[in-house]
Amino acid sequence: MLKSLHIDPGKCTLCMQCEMACSYENEGLFNPAKSRIKVFDFHDRFVPYTCTQCAEAWCMSACPVDAISVDHATGAKVVSDDLCVGCKVCTIACPFGTVNYNHDTGKVIKCDLCGGQPACAEACPTGAIAYVDSDWTGYDKMRRWAGKTDSGAAQAHA
Amino acid sequence: MGWTRKVLRVNLSKGTCASEPLNMEWAQKYLGQRGLASRYLVEEVNPKVDPLSPDNKMFFATGPLTGTAASTGGRYSVITKGALTNAIACSNSGGYFGAELKMAGWDMVIVEGKAKKPVYLLIQDDKAEVRPADHLWGKSVWETDALLKSEHHEPQMRISAIGRAGESGVMYACIVNDLHRAAGRSGVGAVMGSKNLKALAVRGTQGVKVHDFPKFMQAVTAGKKVLAANAVTGQGLPAYGTQVLMNVINETGALPTRNHRDVQFEGAGRISAEAMREKRVTDGKANLVRNQACFGCTIACGRISQIDKTHFTVANNPKYWGAQGGLEYEAAWALGAATGVADLEALTYANYLCNEQGMDPITFGTTVGAAMELFEMGVLTTKETGGVELKFGSAEALTKLAEVTGMGEGFGKEIGLGSKRLTEKYGHPELSMSVKGQEFPAYDGRGIQGIGLAYATSNRGACHLRGYTIASEILGIPEKTDPLVSAGKAGLVKAFQDATAAVDSSGLCVFTTFAWTLDDIAPQIDGACEGGWTAARLLEMGERIWNMERRFNLDAGFTAKDDTLPKRLLKEAAKTGPAKGKVNDLGKMLPEYYKLRGWSPEGVPTNETVTRLAL
Amino acid sequence: MRYVLIGAGPAGVVAAETLRKADPGGDILLLGDEPEPPYSRMALPYFLVGTIDEAGTYLRKSETHYDDLGITFRHARAVRIDPAGKTVALEGGESVAYDRLMIATGSRTQRPPIPGIDLPGVHPCWTLADSREIVRRAAPDSRVVLMGAGFIGCIVLESLIKRGVKPTVVEMADRMVPRMMNAAAGGLIKKWCATKGIEVLTSTKVTAIEDTGEARDPLRVLLDRGAPLRAALVVVATGVRPNIAFLEGSGIETDFGIRVDSHLKSSVDDVYAAGDVAQGPDFMGGWSVHAIQPTAVEHGRIAALNMADGNASYQGSLAMNVLDTAGLVSSSFGQWQGVESGESVERMDEARFRYTRLEFDGERLVGAICLGRTDQIGMLRGLIQSRVRLGDWKARLMEDPQRISEAYVASTHK
Ligand SMILES: Cc1cc2nc3c(=O)[nH]c(=O)nc-3n(C[C@H](O)[C@H](O)[C@H](O)COP(=O)(O)OP(=O)(O)OC[C@H]3O[C@@H](n4cnc5c(N)ncnc54)[C@H](O)[C@@H]3O)c2cc1C
Ligand code: SF4
Repeated sequence: MLKSLHIDPGKCTLCMQCEMACSYENEGLFNPAKSRIKVFDFHDRFVPYTCTQCAEAWCMSACPVDAISVDHATGAKVVSDDLCVGCKVCTIACPFGTVNYNHDTGKVIKCDLCGGQPACAEACPTGAIAYVDSDWTGYDKMRRWAGKTDSGAAQAHA
Repeated sequence: MGWTRKVLRVNLSKGTCASEPLNMEWAQKYLGQRGLASRYLVEEVNPKVDPLSPDNKMFFATGPLTGTAASTGGRYSVITKGALTNAIACSNSGGYFGAELKMAGWDMVIVEGKAKKPVYLLIQDDKAEVRPADHLWGKSVWETDALLKSEHHEPQMRISAIGRAGESGVMYACIVNDLHRAAGRSGVGAVMGSKNLKALAVRGTQGVKVHDFPKFMQAVTAGKKVLAANAVTGQGLPAYGTQVLMNVINETGALPTRNHRDVQFEGAGRISAEAMREKRVTDGKANLVRNQACFGCTIACGRISQIDKTHFTVANNPKYWGAQGGLEYEAAWALGAATGVADLEALTYANYLCNEQGMDPITFGTTVGAAMELFEMGVLTTKETGGVELKFGSAEALTKLAEVTGMGEGFGKEIGLGSKRLTEKYGHPELSMSVKGQEFPAYDGRGIQGIGLAYATSNRGACHLRGYTIASEILGIPEKTDPLVSAGKAGLVKAFQDATAAVDSSGLCVFTTFAWTLDDIAPQIDGACEGGWTAARLLEMGERIWNMERRFNLDAGFTAKDDTLPKRLLKEAAKTGPAKGKVNDLGKMLPEYYKLRGWSPEGVPTNETVTRLAL
Repeated sequence: MRYVLIGAGPAGVVAAETLRKADPGGDILLLGDEPEPPYSRMALPYFLVGTIDEAGTYLRKSETHYDDLGITFRHARAVRIDPAGKTVALEGGESVAYDRLMIATGSRTQRPPIPGIDLPGVHPCWTLADSREIVRRAAPDSRVVLMGAGFIGCIVLESLIKRGVKPTVVEMADRMVPRMMNAAAGGLIKKWCATKGIEVLTSTKVTAIEDTGEARDPLRVLLDRGAPLRAALVVVATGVRPNIAFLEGSGIETDFGIRVDSHLKSSVDDVYAAGDVAQGPDFMGGWSVHAIQPTAVEHGRIAALNMADGNASYQGSLAMNVLDTAGLVSSSFGQWQGVESGESVERMDEARFRYTRLEFDGERLVGAICLGRTDQIGMLRGLIQSRVRLGDWKARLMEDPQRISEAYVASTHK
């Protein structure tokens, strides 16, 4: 059973531990600006937000050089730094805005589920982010949302 | 590391910004934030300087743990000579601004001089620039926040600003960051206003490094576990916030009420944490929407509130209907008990206004309390107050004064003086519940003896956060002492003061110390900073900082005579509750305190002390 | 079932892969007329710079990728289609039969009819072969004239700068990237170029190119205004046209490209088209050729699903591009020109080269332009394509258009 990140905004306190854990895991320092997970502040609601590793994988198919591939152990769509040329087409192709360009490296960054041990979920003090069996998440709202943005094929071979 | 080792020096008179290396020798002696910036202040600012003159400087300082994954590691402090107190001022704030400043690559920003016209400071990573702020002058903190983000196309920008209060010389104006977190006390916002500096707008994308990541992460993870397991930091504060104290302190008989005439407030229950969670009859919603953390904080004591839309204060003003920073205990007490107002929604509204226009709700509320007493005595009349019936318990009076004071208009100008200057002006200085010009917070020195000594000796004027003996005297942390007994409190106060000075220099929040001792904190600092940091070293550093601040104040002209409490606490016994019949025993505690501190009977650090602490 | 796919660009390759998934037993033949394994044109700029070698441009990195999937890839050019007989004639005389056919032949650079356009040293930048030639000629410090400051031109410009040549850009229109950016944004990009020392001549036409025969920068480029320019290389990026000439007489309906319906099917049964060559439904209810990579792969996927007897209908392509011009990242989405009786909001910070413009139709976002922003820009696509009603957030965006991410998360994560 694949696992996925289950996010419960009701529990989030906007402490940013997830963003720090993510940037530490991936960049080796504390830098929310480079975090793959982003927490949005709506004053009365805080929403952690990252890639859901959606089945459609717009980023992956838009990539001209096959730099994004599926990690079969986790289902994560993973960017290969060696292959990425920094063309940024995935950053506009992903309708969720969860692939972002990193000016310092000239490549893109996105959530890769930390190879199966997401640092954000481990760091979150409130349980707002949990890494659980995909079925459990009842297929997140965000994935339902994915259906709406889909260019159409979801209905055909779902 | 832990430090970025860079200081931004901004000269407003010249409009220049320059980067300089952090003095690492001092960093090893004073760590960061409060201690380190105070060291700079002592070096660079004449203690006799007029706080509102261009010669005063401001230090916006982070600590080595600011911007790291350490729980609560997001604090910054503003150090300057305080407008309200004429003493050293150090106001500490959470939110996200401090971490952003660190992420931009700066340990500290030093602001010198005075701009000819309103300006703001823009910091985008390494780049810093003094820019005209004519379009922001006259705007509230909230408006400034939105305008700057929009103008710079940076929704992620963090802003620390003064509101109208700081512009118009409210002596206890504060500096508000992230809309409702404040470097609140001692009038640091008035100093900022006097420099024509409206705001600091920061975007930092460089990240923060620590000395030894694996070691640091291990210490940080252990620390978070301790916070989560502790009843206060793991449950009490997230659920109830600091407001959890309202009923507790009232029952202790130490909730100063109506300008300290009483020590218990009959309306306490109606303005307590419990009341904030209760559903209102009008709209079926609770005042409290949820809790919010500051940067990195795994406690999350912050309150987000929503006001009753039908309440008279906001009925026609949708601007205040949205979720905003709600009442913390000190604010609820000052706006409520100190004025005798038991209307939760009115307090919430007044608190919004304090955030919106940037003023310290503690001093504002207590000044209104003092003015109410003057009004009841007939010293103040509706002629002076601009028609306001300034009676204890009047929510209308409180909120009206919050409006005019925030805007710097009418009688608000007088309330903006603070209780000391106001009561002096009207010939009753004894009615100012303050030490060194700064008003008391929410604990009565008669019902809690140790806190009285802490107020009297606090280097920034009356303050609970300089030595929070409440932890021991009420909550039993680290061990329970009897609040009504003064014996042994001198040592307790000193221990709290020194430890707190260390915590305030690290980038951490002092609320962690409900659960953490310096033994929990030292390994985190040691992971972040080179130099070998132990609890003992931190404690000694805390003492060094305390003495350094003390010497600044002595050089500024303060003497042992200023280490005192208003007559009311020393002479008028508590009327009700467990402390009934008691006054504060300052006379007994103070000499012992001086001795423990290694100070002369005149309150001056002796040569041995100065040498021992390598000052 | 026998599937034949003409053209082995992204549209063709994604279609072949999708077919394999949808029809595990089908017979798939992928034809490409270029000598290299299927590669991506989009990657050419990075080949020009030297970030990647030729193999780095290949669409799939494994040498046995197509074999592994049981896809037959052949180097061959289709010259004619006979829908009645269901065959494709190949160059050299051979013909192959199909049950379902996909045309994904892409587009090619259109060379303006001016004297000297076919001289050696005058090149489009469209194929790997072109790119090799450009690499050979664009030595550091040599002068290069870039004809056309459209999207492709600007991307090539970025590579030329990185190669260390001295480029001059000549653009007929009054601004840069006229088909992707409005005047304000195009102007800002031009200004940015100026600060980087890049000469951009707008409202200027190349009238002729001459060979001076000199060793250094042998070409002379004549303009309709101003002094001629010297160059070692002229790169032509003046627009592209779909490769449809070989369809003449086939009965397949073409307009600018091959007309396809929302199933990506052409006017002829069992013949589909995808990518740059297809003129399909666009997101605004019209019919467009959107010659961009995301459209090519979406077309390829959806067409393939339908070819394999699925029933996938296409919502329509959305014009969108992201461009990096000497470090200034710009992007545009959808109806950035706005729609009739729609509303718009814009913010410009000239000194910092930031610009945001949003176009609304009622409560919905229909188009956007961003300069100097890269964070979460995909959300703009999300907002436009999901046609979400923004509610209160419309007003907030009108107030501060930078709050796109918040608006997105707020209106999609209720
Ligand atoms: C330099 C450059 C930069 C670009 N940058 C971007 C970018 O940043 N973002 C973006 O979205 N798009 C970009 N594009 C556009 C993008 O590459 C195209 O939209 C995409 O390649 C279209 O894919 P396609 O499969 O439809 O056509 P192509 O990629 O053109 O593939 C079609 C293939 O079919 C072959 N063919 C043609 N006729 C025949 C025939 N008769 N028989 C057999 N084979 C035939 C062609 O030779 C070609 O190999 C760029 C293009 C170029 C040239
Ligand atoms: S760590 Fe958890 S609580 Fe903190 S901001 Fe992230 S999701 Fe919210």
